[in-house]
Amino acid sequence: MMRMQPNPAFSGNPVSAHSGSTGAAIAIELSDVSVTFGRGERAVPALSRTTLRIGDGEFIALVGPSGCGKSTILRLVAGLVQPTTGVVILGGREVAAKALRIGMAFQNPTMLPWLTIEQNIMLPLKIVEPYRSQFRKLRRTTFRDKANALLEQVGLKGFARRFPWQLSGGMLQRANLCRALIHEPRMLLLDEPFGALDQFTREELWSILQELWILHQPTVVLVTHDLREAGFLGSRICVLSARPGRLLDDRRVTFARPRTVAMTFEPDFVALNQRLREFIVGERTTAAEGVI
Amino acid sequence: MRATDFRQKAWSAALIVLFFVGWEFFCLVTGMSDLVLPRPSQIIATLVTRFPVLWPHIIQTLATTMAGFVLGVALGVVLGAVIGVSRTAYDTAYPLLVGFSSIPKVALVPIFVLWFGSGTVPAVLTSLSICFFPIVVNIATGLATTEPEMEDVLKALGASKFDILWNVGLPRTMPFFFASLKVAISYAFVGAVLSETVASNRGIGNVMMTASSNFNVPLVFAGLFVLAGLGVALYAAFAIIEKRVTGWATRKNDLITT
Repeated sequence: MMRMQPNPAFSGNPVSAHSGSTGAAIAIELSDVSVTFGRGERAVPALSRTTLRIGDGEFIALVGPSGCGKSTILRLVAGLVQPTTGVVILGGREVAAKALRIGMAFQNPTMLPWLTIEQNIMLPLKIVEPYRSQFRKLRRTTFRDKANALLEQVGLKGFARRFPWQLSGGMLQRANLCRALIHEPRMLLLDEPFGALDQFTREELWSILQELWILHQPTVVLVTHDLREAGFLGSRICVLSARPGRLLDDRRVTFARPRTVAMTFEPDFVALNQRLREFIVGERTTAAEGVI
Repeated sequence: MRATDFRQKAWSAALIVLFFVGWEFFCLVTGMSDLVLPRPSQIIATLVTRFPVLWPHIIQTLATTMAGFVLGVALGVVLGAVIGVSRTAYDTAYPLLVGFSSIPKVALVPIFVLWFGSGTVPAVLTSLSICFFPIVVNIATGLATTEPEMEDVLKALGASKFDILWNVGLPRTMPFFFASLKVAISYAFVGAVLSETVASNRGIGNVMMTASSNFNVPLVFAGLFVLAGLGVALYAAFAIIEKRVTGWATRKNDLITT
């Protein structure tokens, strides 16, 4: 059977693990990192000897079969998990997430039900300096304006004073993105943020996230199961193997921005998807046959 | 919405009236001796005529109950917070707490009397020991069920444990806390009266004990009415506070708008 050969000019160039990124400053560096949960006979290797460099302002999509350690990489970067071996270096220093005030968003929007959407979005400002010390003074003026400006960007204008239960799942996820961005983090970590949404809402939010990224230029690491999502959003896609996770493929995605949903049905994009799929499915078959 | 609410309340009130009218009627028809079951009208009359005598005892019972309750809540919140924040503490302390809570608190009264003599102190302590457990359990549960994703989001921002507790853990615990306050206030009341009945010369519990040994049955029932009234009043007070503070947890469908 003829295999579709992707056009390298459009659907991505492999990135060598050690070549780093576009020459910009390195935001995240995992060198030879492995993570094992538990000890002794119960030890579960989650990630094995992964080396990954992510440049400042890059949009990385991590794809792979479920349970492959994608989320573990996010948690490593956020400083929520310590590497068993190897080091994680953020912004040129060994990981000290506290200083970096990373924005994070999960599939579960976790809005606090006793606060309005606006107050929920301002939550990071209560935690992170330099906003923290000014919070009492500015929460009704500057900070509220800031929250409302973000809400407007994601199409939630007029919902600021609503409570979370009054919003739909898609709207909550938009608010979730706002909360992750309000303190202008240099790094945004997204763990399947659109996983629980229907197809149309999801595609709409891709465009919104893309706009936010173009506007604020944070370094983004997006974990996803959805290959179209990875291709639409990522400036680079990393494919991880089944548990324990290994980096199988790492390629740049060069489609022009802003990308559109229509673009995801064009041959080049489909070919890229096909290619990624082969990595994941192929990996699965070899694992099933016990071949390494 | 409002109309059905009102109708519901009217039915509840009607049932209460019907209960007392039925009771009165039953005693009149059967010619029941007031040594066995006095009529509600007799009880109310006793309550009114003996009120000046009852008043200091009401104050005594109320004061011991509140003292036991406040101490119980303080102890319960601290223990609950400690246990709720750490999984290890939760698992370690839980069996001991369950063991303690399953002791019938009546059995503690003689011990408190032995230590502190009869009177106010054992009443306060009984009340405390009976009411702190539901608080501990509810606070601990509220804290322990904080969404892990929420914690991760905050930790990634560099939030301290205290930040998380203050901004997420405690507000989240409020509905659990107030629900437990309603239970605890009733328990505290039971504890205080129990101890007064066994070992005190003051308080409504003691009044009822004395009255029953004098075969002053209407007074016993008058004491019972006072207790019921106080219990309902305390419960209602905390129900109102609960509604004000944690309205977000009991949201109604009629708030959903687009």
